[in-house]
Amino acid sequence: MNIVQQIVGLIAGLIFGVGLSFAGMTDPEVLRAFLNPLGDWNDSLMFVMGSAIAVTAPAYYFIFKREKPIFSDSFQISELKQIDKKLIFGGVLFGVGWGVYGLCPGPAIVQLLSFQMEIIIFVLAMILGMIITEKVSA
Amino acid sequence: MENQFISSDLVAAIIGGILIGASAIMMMIFNGRVVGISGIIFQLSRPRQKPSWQLTFIIGLLLSGFLYNQFTGESFPEAVGSWKLALIGGLLVGVGTRLGSGCTSGHGVCGISRFSPRSMVATVTFIAAGMITVSLFSVLTQ
Repeated sequence: MNIVQQIVGLIAGLIFGVGLSFAGMTDPEVLRAFLNPLGDWNDSLMFVMGSAIAVTAPAYYFIFKREKPIFSDSFQISELKQIDKKLIFGGVLFGVGWGVYGLCPGPAIVQLLSFQMEIIIFVLAMILGMIITEKVSA
Repeated sequence: MENQFISSDLVAAIIGGILIGASAIMMMIFNGRVVGISGIIFQLSRPRQKPSWQLTFIIGLLLSGFLYNQFTGESFPEAVGSWKLALIGGLLVGVGTRLGSGCTSGHGVCGISRFSPRSMVATVTFIAAGMITVSLFSVLTQ
């Protein structure tokens, strides 16, 4: 079961990354321009997210009618419901970070094999930020 | 394809989005999991990792850009901004996605697709915060 799940992971990762590249969403300048509605706004990301949701939402609806996934025993979905300060504060920090450099986690990983120093620093800093947060809040 | 109503950028954005959706759909129907990239990276940053779908997903994501360039003859977009901005931006993204339990993929695509109020609030919050940040930057650097 685990090896089949890993194959699904590999293919899903490839498709996701090709989607990002095809849509031009690996370019920090494009990603940053989406966040600049008062300046030279690039609205592409809205259509990327919109079309992704337009296919995923109806598919999820039918998938969740199943008793369980095909290669696993159960669906693992976040059961958190509360809209709290932590969610908002985290969203604000993430948004500021995305604005500062123009990368969110997916595009950063796709760009990693370009071996550009700034991208490597971004990814290492991101991982460090995750580990620190977990240590502090544990 | 190029006319005044439909630009090729728009078509590329929509096809790219459909591919991202396809990835999210197969992950849910086969593995029963959402595609949340910040969460996957965090799982892999923990010590003593055994091979998992998270690991192969990241390998696929890493290889995707390289393979895409091979097939299309394009090259990686250029990194912009100084290493200092990369460092600050990276740290904030790491801390923020952990506190807020997700990023553009987990909240923005998968969360909204299952109509999660938390994900909708998170998505609006990080996009608004990002817009304010970039707008301030533009004003200050003018």
